Amino acid sequence: MSALAPPAAGAPAAVRDRPAPRLRRPKPARSPWLHVAMVPVTLLWLSPIVFVLFVAIRSYDDIAGRGLGAFPASFSLDGFATALTEGGVLRSLGNSVLVTVCAVVASLALSSFAAYALSRFDIPFRRTILLTMLAGNLLPPQILLVPVSSITEAIGIGDTLTALVVVQVGFGIGFYTFVLHGFMRSLPNEVFEAARLDGAGPGGIFWRIVLPLSRPSLAALAALATTWIFNDLIWAMTVLRTEAKFPITAALLNLQGGFASAWNVVAAGALIAAVPTAIVFFLFQKQFVSGLLVGANK
Amino acid sequence: MSAQPSTATRRPNRFARVPLLVWAFLLVPLVVELFWVFWPAANSFSLALTRWDGIGLAEPVGLQNFRDLAADPIFLTALQNNVIWVLGFGGLSVVGGLALAVTLNKPGPMVSIYRSAIYLPMVVSLAVSGLFWRVMYAPDGPINGTLGLLGLEHLERQWLADPTVALWAVLIAAVWRQVGYIMVLYLAGLKGTDGSLEEAAAVDGANAWQRFWRIVMPQLRGVNMVVFAVTVIDSLRTFDIVWAMTRGGPYNETQLLSTYMFQQAFTTGNLGYASAIAVVIFALAIGFIITYLARQARTED
Repeated sequence: MSALAPPAAGAPAAVRDRPAPRLRRPKPARSPWLHVAMVPVTLLWLSPIVFVLFVAIRSYDDIAGRGLGAFPASFSLDGFATALTEGGVLRSLGNSVLVTVCAVVASLALSSFAAYALSRFDIPFRRTILLTMLAGNLLPPQILLVPVSSITEAIGIGDTLTALVVVQVGFGIGFYTFVLHGFMRSLPNEVFEAARLDGAGPGGIFWRIVLPLSRPSLAALAALATTWIFNDLIWAMTVLRTEAKFPITAALLNLQGGFASAWNVVAAGALIAAVPTAIVFFLFQKQFVSGLLVGANK
Repeated sequence: MSAQPSTATRRPNRFARVPLLVWAFLLVPLVVELFWVFWPAANSFSLALTRWDGIGLAEPVGLQNFRDLAADPIFLTALQNNVIWVLGFGGLSVVGGLALAVTLNKPGPMVSIYRSAIYLPMVVSLAVSGLFWRVMYAPDGPINGTLGLLGLEHLERQWLADPTVALWAVLIAAVWRQVGYIMVLYLAGLKGTDGSLEEAAAVDGANAWQRFWRIVMPQLRGVNMVVFAVTVIDSLRTFDIVWAMTRGGPYNETQLLSTYMFQQAFTTGNLGYASAIAVVIFALAIGFIITYLARQARTED
């Protein structure tokens, strides 16, 4: 994990190497002011989520009668039921999960191939290739939208989930390769020498040594990629036309059109859309945070 | 960098030393990216010089699209909004994220609850964040309700339908989601700073403000660079949250370059004109992309 979240490069080495002044580190002050300031900020920060939850569990009549901002005076799961069935949230959630799983697995597989080749072999221009790949991921997606849309049509995968998966993989690969390259490069040479003496070829070394050792960085990237791909809107809107194929983000915006006054349905749909990534976040909080740091904090 | 065995008979050809399988490992992902990223990007540049409705043949028009853009009031509004967005969204999330990181850069069970709460919005997609905030901003929603309770009825308004405040209303929602990310970056940066320097300065009589600006900030230079580049690149890409909240309305007052580009491409069907807007977005972003890449290249050494 250390290669994923290295200490900030900001501190100049000279400063860090200077012997620390002989001072007792002061005990952290138990000041109440921190909590006085942070409790309201935290509540304010959570308030949009809390209010959406309130709206989602209220009945339509309650909302219509007392306004969106009122505290709940009713409890009803109608919003969830309507969103999941009539609103098509269940179907679009299925599309999202399918696209996310396929795209995450394919992106990480392909980028670990590339990262292995670039980090452990004497490929000519390896640095240029690596940075070019990263650059591709940094491009504003807008510069790709129109051609990507016509390419998917031209090769006959227009308006399919396959197109969405392929596009997500193509766009993400550069970043994942860059991060995995940084990690694989730091693996100790001795392991590779030992494996080579045992007669393992490049494929065997990749499969039996590099992949297992890269598990921490793969996990961090998987957590990050899952939220990115699941949360995507613009690629879905670019390659898909049929509503039945929409992932949850795009479907929700349509839901908002179709159930314009039924706020409990829209709120319930929005909460359902947030649940899968919230689960990933809580289960893999450490990986998620280190995932956020990769690439950004080198 | 070399895990390569030093072969006794050193072959002159570098290509030959890389096994065929490894070439395949590299080329398959590379070709996928070239085909789905670099090839379309190149196409956008040539499409920007055409008029094309997506059905017939693209008709070359030279730089006419760019001349039209310069005279297009909606484009100019979008450009101006994007500048506001970079400064407002970038500024507020960096200041907020940095302040929270400094405040929460200490251990403690409560502190980790605060941190989790601040970066929880990161898991909610931008599109869904937009829906959350539509609830907040609804005419009879919590924000107007709270203002009413506080006796500030005169501040109540139709946040997303009022051209004077709509852009800022969307911007606040975007900041809500971004601050946690910036905070995480700065928390990691602060972990790498040298606490003893700060203590020494404290002993010398520097107050907290001076210690922060003179001792801590210079050590955060690396993080600052990254945050700066990431923020600008993100600002120029921003699409989802605006689309979810206003679609660029009312009267194009919240139009950003990305939303206007999307509208021109997929609602109006002016694919050449849309590509020209995309080229403008690219031109604005490329400097920051290079900054970011240069920094990453240095750490690759």
